[in-house]
Amino acid sequence: MVPDAEFTSYYGRNVVKPAPWAHDIPAYLFLGGLAAGSSLLGAGADLSGRPVLRRAGRLGALGAISLSMVALVHDLGRPSRFLNMLRVIKPTSPMSVGTWILTAYGPGAGVAGAAELARLMPFRLGVISRLLDFAARPGGLAAAAVAPAVASYTAVLLTDTATPAWHDAHRELPFVFVSSAAAASGGFGMLTAPLAEAGPARRMAVVGALAELVVEHRMEQSMGLSAEALHEGKPGKLMQASKVLTAAGALGTVLLGGRSRTGAALSGAALMAGSACTRFGVFEAGLESAKDPRYTVVPQRERLNRRRAAAAADTASAGSAAAASASQANSASAASGGPPGSPQPTAAVHTNVGHTNEEIR
Amino acid sequence: MSPQQSGFSETNLWDNLPGTKNGFSSTDPGGPAPDAGWEAPPSRKGFFTDTSICIGCKACEVACKTWNGVPEDGLDMLGSSYDNTGALGASTWRHVAFIEQRKPLGSQDTGVTITLPEPAPPPQVDLGMPAFGLPGAPGGGDERSEFRWLMSSDVCKHCTNAACLDVCPTGSLFRTEFGTVVVQEDICNGCGYCVPACPYGVIDRRIGEQGTKNVGIAQKCTLCYDRLGVDETPACAKACPTQSIQFGDVDELRERAAKRLETLHAGGLGEARLYGEDPNNGVGGTGAFFLLLDEPEVYGFPPDPIVTTADLPRMWKNAGMAAVGLLAAAVTVFAGRRP
Repeated sequence: MVPDAEFTSYYGRNVVKPAPWAHDIPAYLFLGGLAAGSSLLGAGADLSGRPVLRRAGRLGALGAISLSMVALVHDLGRPSRFLNMLRVIKPTSPMSVGTWILTAYGPGAGVAGAAELARLMPFRLGVISRLLDFAARPGGLAAAAVAPAVASYTAVLLTDTATPAWHDAHRELPFVFVSSAAAASGGFGMLTAPLAEAGPARRMAVVGALAELVVEHRMEQSMGLSAEALHEGKPGKLMQASKVLTAAGALGTVLLGGRSRTGAALSGAALMAGSACTRFGVFEAGLESAKDPRYTVVPQRERLNRRRAAAAADTASAGSAAAASASQANSASAASGGPPGSPQPTAAVHTNVGHTNEEIR
Repeated sequence: MSPQQSGFSETNLWDNLPGTKNGFSSTDPGGPAPDAGWEAPPSRKGFFTDTSICIGCKACEVACKTWNGVPEDGLDMLGSSYDNTGALGASTWRHVAFIEQRKPLGSQDTGVTITLPEPAPPPQVDLGMPAFGLPGAPGGGDERSEFRWLMSSDVCKHCTNAACLDVCPTGSLFRTEFGTVVVQEDICNGCGYCVPACPYGVIDRRIGEQGTKNVGIAQKCTLCYDRLGVDETPACAKACPTQSIQFGDVDELRERAAKRLETLHAGGLGEARLYGEDPNNGVGGTGAFFLLLDEPEVYGFPPDPIVTTADLPRMWKNAGMAAVGLLAAAVTVFAGRRP
């Protein structure tokens, strides 16, 4: 159905409110994805004997998740009450689930990263170093096991809102976000590890970049009206930049990634930048779609009209006797009215029109 | 509409978890309080806001701010009729909307004799303003003009399936024994998640200088939880001079609203309709509902809101599949021989 060009609003004001989140949140979306992918690369490198890629992955994960925590706490209205997040476990709240995912992820990533930091020190720290060395692999593997959830839950965090451009993307956004995480962390691996060790990072980067381009395109097709928010203004520029950087990074990885250290580093940087643009673009598009009442009103109005039309068609297509009695029931509930508060006619209307707010013309 | 589309009648993984029973089906006669774990709660309380008799005096806004100690949030001329409040927010828990329309008062059907129980007194002083009165009030054809003012006092809907409450990660937002939704201000850490979750754009995080009451945390109408606790009427309903805002048991208010709608329809106001009261709507029915004289979006309401968590099972499923995909990709890229 072609969206109505015209719609009604209250002085053009927004119906739903944009999230009161600053750039901390899209930065976290990027860094969280980078951390998750880096943990996976680090664990894989650990098991496959690639020490430099392992170190890069573990340190990248530690750095990214630490910055993420700072961003998340900073964005709270009351940062000092951060620990209140741990009061409850609520599957209906993606932020609560995310808190517990990060709680499960953090210690392992922290130990693995700390072990790499300790090894970089010019001196050993005695028993601490030995403990860290011992715990590094279990920690890294534990973090890698939770990492995919770290990368994908953030999509649910955005889509479980009334923000049109986020909610409408709920089918594909988790796939876009994990692809973006794979591209960013693959890029980070290419940037930090020598060519000989970076093979898995290159493959991760290319797979992630291609998947992101394909799924993001599909997402725009399935979103409906709010996909326009991904094409206009600042979010439009960010999404455009994301596509160019991601495609260029993937191409560079295929052509130069295995041969030239500079080419690999540039491609990796492009992929990381592309991932960041995706996160900021999706984030900003959501805010814009919430500020414009068109994205809220037009699809809901169309849904309501379709349901009314379907209800009318149901009534019309029923046998003539049944139709007559149904319409009698409807008009009885509206016009003449049974006894006060009689639930019968109201129930009849609800059955006929589903969710429609009762309206008789 | 199929269950697949609506997402309401799907069986969910967490139907049996505490506080989420029947999360999206919502036709319990006892209202949402028993679902939230209250044993033998009092009857569900709510508002019926009959906009057809709202006179736009804003006494509700003032009473609300005064009783609840809601701070001032800007004195601006907004250029939107008499509405200089703007919208509901952290420091605006009642908001009176003013809509000026080039439509005649009352019905466009002519020839219907209109009788209403409470006729408005004729205006005593002519201020040169566009004539208006109670919709459908008697007065003869001369006093009718091709202009009408719609006024409506908006408030938190206290949904049966409340998205703000669902997504709150601290448990600060909770379901009271009266079936209402209230922020516990000593627990909220200001994450702001409830703000984009609300399909009506009601709740917001309070901004202001350091030291402002409850700055940084989410705030909205509590349906005067403190007053309900001592059997008092919420401040706005108490202050409303026309009983446009009616407070009471939701069941009884629904009956009252249906009767009022019949009266208006019988009086020729065919455009009158109820908004939010239907227990089968996208939020399982609201505890605060409205009688409107035009489409919801004219007043700034969403025409057909659906609680966002209705789609949450599918979202988690997709996120799970995406996570498995990432793990599989990671395993795959390390498979194969080293060069």
